[in-house]
Amino acid sequence: MSGMNMLAFLPVITPLLAGVMILLARVGGLNLQRLLSLLSVLLLLFVALDLMQTAVQGVPQVYALGNWVAPFGIVLVLDGLSALMVLVTALLALPALWYAVTTKIDARGAHFHVLFQLQLFGLNGAFMTGDVFNLFVFFEVLLLASYGLLLHGGGAQRTKAGLHYVAINLIGSTLFLFAVGALYGVLGTLNMADMAVKVSQAPAEDVGVIAAAGLLLLLVFGLKAAMFPLYLWLPQAYANTSAPVAALFAIMTKVGLYAIIRVHGLVFGESAGALAHFYAPWVLGLGLITLLLGALGVMAARGLREQVAYLVLASVATLLIGIGLNSVEAMSATLFYLIHSTLIAGGFFLLADLIARGRGDDRFVSMAAMPQAVLLGATFMFAAIAMSGLPPLSGFIGKVLVLMAALDHPAFMLVLAIVLLAGLLMIIALARAGSLLFYNVQSDMPSGEALNKSAYAAVVWLLAAAALMVVFAHPLTQLTDAIAGQWAQAPFYVQTVLSTPAVGGTR
Amino acid sequence: MEILIAAVIGILTATGVFLTLRGHTFPVVLGLTLLAYAVNVFLFAMGRLTSGLPAVINPAQGGYTDPLPQALVLTAIVIAFGMTAFLIVLALKARGELGNDHVDGRTDGDLKPRTRRGAEK
Repeated sequence: MSGMNMLAFLPVITPLLAGVMILLARVGGLNLQRLLSLLSVLLLLFVALDLMQTAVQGVPQVYALGNWVAPFGIVLVLDGLSALMVLVTALLALPALWYAVTTKIDARGAHFHVLFQLQLFGLNGAFMTGDVFNLFVFFEVLLLASYGLLLHGGGAQRTKAGLHYVAINLIGSTLFLFAVGALYGVLGTLNMADMAVKVSQAPAEDVGVIAAAGLLLLLVFGLKAAMFPLYLWLPQAYANTSAPVAALFAIMTKVGLYAIIRVHGLVFGESAGALAHFYAPWVLGLGLITLLLGALGVMAARGLREQVAYLVLASVATLLIGIGLNSVEAMSATLFYLIHSTLIAGGFFLLADLIARGRGDDRFVSMAAMPQAVLLGATFMFAAIAMSGLPPLSGFIGKVLVLMAALDHPAFMLVLAIVLLAGLLMIIALARAGSLLFYNVQSDMPSGEALNKSAYAAVVWLLAAAALMVVFAHPLTQLTDAIAGQWAQAPFYVQTVLSTPAVGGTR
Repeated sequence: MEILIAAVIGILTATGVFLTLRGHTFPVVLGLTLLAYAVNVFLFAMGRLTSGLPAVINPAQGGYTDPLPQALVLTAIVIAFGMTAFLIVLALKARGELGNDHVDGRTDGDLKPRTRRGAEK
């Protein structure tokens, strides 16, 4: 039992220790740092696979830090949802890191690998924690690391985008603390499971304060997830940073989505009385608006990286809609689409960088023909089909699952109309982008860099997900069904967390 | 005491929001700092306001102060301090690289972009 519980601690501690070791390994040179960094992420991938196997068995695993039991101590909780997020993070981090190493982007500034590991530490911590204040702390860890990564390599545009990104996230952190403080003031607890119990027992006069704090939390998570009207920071930040960082950031928006699913799904679930699922209509409505604006942004983008950033926004919006539909089928569809959109968006960012290197510019202007244009063009077409949700790739299956789940919802006509319209706009925009990038060439200009084959392997790793997720769609949907079913069993989660005894007897 | 603390939090927040919405980096940094102060006092007040009571349970004292918000405030102060330091350095870097201290890298009063590179928003 205790051995299994220890497992929940590994994805958090591995990148932290690796980060410290890489910092010390600076004396051994960049290659030693690269080796340690890659080994750490590889280890994380195996740990994540192991966690997934444990988590699908159905009982959430609880690890009490310092052997202080919930709700008094801080606990890490491993259930299907956390394990899935940790696994997706590791699957994304490995190719992103490989790309940074093979293109030598990590050599353009100090401490790239340290920041990368600390970013993973923050991400995994946020996915594993069962405590709201601890969630805030891990948010800060991943944000601080992301500030450093975003600015890595320097440049005036990057600094300006970084300044906006830092300022808006500091405001988000402040609002997070206001929400956590208000919830603690009313409920007297910070443990998520205990909060769910306390909300279900809350007297009528406290309901207003709890609802306000809950919506404030939704605002904070919406800011992280780039939900309308708080998405304006995303396109500039993602378009101006270096490619591997942008690829890793594909999981950053999903942290906000995860937090909505975890905190709001648990605390404001079935048992919350008057507040049960009160957030869902907000998430659905704002998700629909975000999707429409994201699709318009994809149409209006002036460069490929900016376009991919807006595609990330559109995929986040689709996930918000899935969360807002608020049913077990919709949650399963959301999780399937989440795996797809994270990996494909990461791959698309790396591909955009390879194309920009080949052409010398990623803006949609006439440039020289790039070397290996046929290979890159075919890859672009593959990524575009996956991202815009055309058959036969995984984006299509993901969207169909979300739309099928929407049929039971009263507003299904509106959801269907907007999702399909946004899909059409994205297809048009990507078709236009492809023809501008690959056909509109000037023969008298010198072409850019030759294709970096090892870096291209990272793109293949990520984009292969689109095909593999179709081939293994059945076991994968079974997995997401199981995770969504587990998520819907909030009382069981609460009971497991609150009744797990300390190791070596009760305290 | 409740009215005073509530007013302090309100004024700090209002000032912080106003300064954060300014166009230059220095007032923005100040505004974010004031917002951090406001939220620290708010967190502290969420443990209920008591005076002269210890933070550990002592039957002889007849009551206790909730120690958890104090621990939260301590964490929040440390994080806000680090973030502010980082933001100041970033603002200085932006001042050096963009040539002015406007948050969008523009000159004072002139809303036209300074350079063509700046025109790409």
